[in-house]
Amino acid sequence: MVSLIPRSPLAGRPPLLIGDCGLAENALGSVTSLAPFAGKEAALSKTLKSGHGAGFPEPNRWLAGPSARLVWSGRAQAFLIGAAPEPGLAKCAALTDQTDAWAGLRLSGAAAEAVLARLIPLDLRLAAFAVGHAARSQLQHVMVLILRTDAAEFELLVMRSFAQTAWHELEEAMKSVAARG
Amino acid sequence: MRVAGKGLVDRNRPVGFHFDGTSHSGFHGDTLASALLANDVRLMGRSFKYHRPRGVLTAGSEEPNALVNVRGTPNVRATVQELYDGLAAQSQNRWPTLRYDVMSVNDLAAPFLGAGFYYKTFMWPRRFWETLYEPLIRRAAGLGKLARQPDESRYEKAFAFCDVLVIGAGPAGLMAALSAAQAGATVILADEDYLLGGRLNAETHEIDGKPAAVWAADLVAELAGMDNVRLMARTTITGAYDGGTFSALERVGQHLAAPGADLPLECFWRIVARGSVLAAGAIERPLAFPNNDRPGIMVASAVRSYLNRYGVASGKSVAVFGNNDDAHRTARDLHAAGVTVAALIDSRTDIDISAAPYPAYTGGRVVGTGGRLGLSEIRLHYLNGEKVVYADCLAMSGGWNPTVHLSCHLGGRPVWRPDIAAFVPAAGSVPGMVAAGAANGSFSTQACLAEGLRAAGEVLQAIGLTAPDIVAPRAEDAAYGLEPLWQIAGKGRAWLDFQNDVTVKDVKLAAQENFASVELMKRYTTQGMAPDQGKSSNVAALAVLADATGRGIPETGTTTFRPPFIPTSIAAIGAGGRGMGFAPQRFMTSHRATLERAAPMIEAGLWYRPSYFPKPGEASWREACDREVGLVRRKVGVADVSTLGKIDLQGPDAARFLDLVYTNTFSTLKPGRVRYGLMLREDGHVLDDGTTARLGEQHFLMTTTTAAAGLVMRHLEFVHQALCPDLDLRFISVTEQWAQFAVAGPLARDLLNTLLDQPIDPAAFPFMGCGPVSVMGVAGRLFRISFSGEHAYEVAVPARYGEALFRDLCARAEVMDGGPYGMEALNVLRIEKGFVTHAEIHGRISAFDIGMAGLVAAKDCIGKAAAARPGMIGPEREQLVGLKPAAPSVSIAAGAHLFTFGTAATRENDQGYLTSVCWSPTLSSHLALGFLQNGRARHGETVRLVDHLRGVDTPCIICDPVFLDIKGERARG
Repeated sequence: MVSLIPRSPLAGRPPLLIGDCGLAENALGSVTSLAPFAGKEAALSKTLKSGHGAGFPEPNRWLAGPSARLVWSGRAQAFLIGAAPEPGLAKCAALTDQTDAWAGLRLSGAAAEAVLARLIPLDLRLAAFAVGHAARSQLQHVMVLILRTDAAEFELLVMRSFAQTAWHELEEAMKSVAARG
Repeated sequence: MRVAGKGLVDRNRPVGFHFDGTSHSGFHGDTLASALLANDVRLMGRSFKYHRPRGVLTAGSEEPNALVNVRGTPNVRATVQELYDGLAAQSQNRWPTLRYDVMSVNDLAAPFLGAGFYYKTFMWPRRFWETLYEPLIRRAAGLGKLARQPDESRYEKAFAFCDVLVIGAGPAGLMAALSAAQAGATVILADEDYLLGGRLNAETHEIDGKPAAVWAADLVAELAGMDNVRLMARTTITGAYDGGTFSALERVGQHLAAPGADLPLECFWRIVARGSVLAAGAIERPLAFPNNDRPGIMVASAVRSYLNRYGVASGKSVAVFGNNDDAHRTARDLHAAGVTVAALIDSRTDIDISAAPYPAYTGGRVVGTGGRLGLSEIRLHYLNGEKVVYADCLAMSGGWNPTVHLSCHLGGRPVWRPDIAAFVPAAGSVPGMVAAGAANGSFSTQACLAEGLRAAGEVLQAIGLTAPDIVAPRAEDAAYGLEPLWQIAGKGRAWLDFQNDVTVKDVKLAAQENFASVELMKRYTTQGMAPDQGKSSNVAALAVLADATGRGIPETGTTTFRPPFIPTSIAAIGAGGRGMGFAPQRFMTSHRATLERAAPMIEAGLWYRPSYFPKPGEASWREACDREVGLVRRKVGVADVSTLGKIDLQGPDAARFLDLVYTNTFSTLKPGRVRYGLMLREDGHVLDDGTTARLGEQHFLMTTTTAAAGLVMRHLEFVHQALCPDLDLRFISVTEQWAQFAVAGPLARDLLNTLLDQPIDPAAFPFMGCGPVSVMGVAGRLFRISFSGEHAYEVAVPARYGEALFRDLCARAEVMDGGPYGMEALNVLRIEKGFVTHAEIHGRISAFDIGMAGLVAAKDCIGKAAAARPGMIGPEREQLVGLKPAAPSVSIAAGAHLFTFGTAATRENDQGYLTSVCWSPTLSSHLALGFLQNGRARHGETVRLVDHLRGVDTPCIICDPVFLDIKGERARG
């Protein structure tokens, strides 16, 4: 029997290294949205802690468990990234599979902050946007969920259909920054 | 001409450049203006209106005269443009050459061309204005010309954040930055010059025993070594906005001989600061004496700048004319450098300058000048008589205007200080901003240094930091001693606004004709309306106006200062929008496979969707479209419909919520079933339509139209958050999660059964049924819904499998003599069935208008009350109808209007209009959907269709909007 061949949002894009900045597609693994039902916030967080090793994140933060991350993604909403949701979660929250809805990008290097300063209107300096911070914002015209994963590394999530444009915007900004020397 | 031993330019690095085709040589560190002066080129441009010969007036960004074209960019200020090897600049507003400009005949007609001349003269005949007068005037007047081509150069936008923004890196700004940096604040120090230091680089002062420029360079180096300080040279802060936000324009590549393809020419910054120090310095005022605009007449500080910073003497024999002590520096510096000072003319009478080693005149006034393309002589009156002085340069100083502009951008008005006869920033006019130094009206170096520290202290305190204990270094603290002098009578015109050619006489005329308010005077004379925004002329012009109207200067007030502070290219503000950067592109998972089939793409919102899939031998899109319609009607077609919005709703109250947002009832929908729904705005008009499936007892999947996906999501969020926050449900977009394909046509089920792991039958999937399916081992969803009127399904799989499934579906369909179909065919199929899209539900349409009043259930819903208002229902409404041209082959188009026969095809008789039109290969006729007054009662009637745009006038027959299979048997079969 024939089978359907999966394709990632940025398949065929080799990683870029321009100046002090690198860009690569970032395989997210399983992504599930969690939105607690009324009064179930504490129960959800508890189930998450026991099942995934981290609770429901505060606004604009992400938490790392042993095998999965919990990323704030909007009002009363978080993404469970990297592991399939524990079955018990569905009792406290609306769950949807978002695995295929998002393209993951990783931007790293000493110039990563300068590159994002061309595209995202947020204060992304380490003092203001530390490791463990997350925000929804815009990358030029593209809606983005941004995570700081290291002093010189960010992860970006964009809607799948926008992946090519996001890549293009980042590549152009990387060129502009690198050209300044 | 260069002066040996002076200046900060690098004499070991000569730089070749061209001006109007002539080769010259300058040095690294020169501006175009300083290099031209060094080559004794004084004539640099022609004036706006009278085409008067003009030379450089200033040495800064306020320059009104020396505008040139560089690399296709007009109005580049020669005083700002740094010299680079091979720079080629052209002068502007002259023909055929700068020296022999035909349009200088305008100057002879000057007595007739004063302020208001055009308004008075070209009023009549009215129609001549646009066709004759304006083009003529525009050709004669003006500054630089645009290239009339898109700017393909690279620009960028960027954001920056800091605790303290210091605007200007002169003595005040440097001290403020040092203080803030030592206090631990993150600091941005921005200056429009490439060399930080402000006037310290242009004067012969000493600070702490060091030459001022050396002291500045040392401090800049210290600041550059601090991690919390960001130095932004070549960066002009152009505007102050709410929330501590500033705009700034940085010159990034414009000063380089070969910037390279990746380096932006300019960067447009948005800088957010918790506090700011305005240390933007001051701008020297010219004096308004007769014929004060000849090349060679410059402000006194500029003559010093050219001498001390660039090592250039602006003339062989220089006269100095001023009303304050500061002007004397120019004479002293020139004399010390060995340049002949022909005269020092001081308008004040109570000073003693008899000891000067050059001719000095107290109570002096320049009353006339001579020289055709450059100054050669001046005539002066002084206490003891009259005199003619031969000079090729006149350095003038009417005093200094603090650069208050940014402090006024949030609506603040500057404050008049009589002691310096100038406006200073009003405290608190921009929250968090404190003015210091010359920008605050304190002109001595010592005062600037001290004020920089004081201002930083205030800002630091406001943001919770403690200022370090720094003592200002020793520096000159000379008196200013200004005695106001606004206009000097004499024969000939005295210019105020050099860039827009506005004279003292023009301002007086404005007052005489009762344009006495400063804002009216500005518009009547155009003073201050040139690209330089009157930086050198505003205060002098309003002083003349004050005098002419008998009011004081503070009562007269200033015009409004608005951003940007300097001319700012739109290309920089809109950076990133070049080419495809204008809007993001959204690609479906089938995008590559679709391109491989050579399908032309059309944009649907941000999405790219195939228009049609051409086959060899097809000469036009219509042939492809007709074929695709046929294969859906007879065999099976495949279309990517992933762009439709999909919203997942879950929760105990999800059904109640849907009952509120949809006109019809969803709480009664059974799991495993789909229902068509209509959604209204609060004003009762149709917002969107679509189908919603019930996946489980508390789980729904809503689809929206492609166009309204974001709009509906916003609407749902508003309704939930603002109108019914008590309802327990959660929803989120899953549009991007699922790749969804329509499989439509009599063979649709047969096709699907070749790839579903469990074949389906009518019992399991009746019309409007839905459920989970396994598609070649992948968990998917199947919906039996139809937008074509055929037996049809939509099959959804996670998006990673979208491309593979699309390719597979197309290949299998082709085996059955079917194939993919595009948007054109999709549109024909739905018009044949009378299904509406946003062409019909365009925002002014009610459920009644489209014949769906029956879908508004007895329960309450958003928009129901408003939809019941008088005028929303009734025969006077334009109602959805179908139309066919009486002669089926007559080509008609959407946008045509409908009239009854016997009436004129004019607006008053308009009965309706067409929204969608197609050629139906199924019915061999053009078909249209449209709206017609009382249309549902008029089926069978013939109306007159008039398309004014395309010149069509033809009879059309009104009919039901459903042209094909009115009973819907095909979809249910």
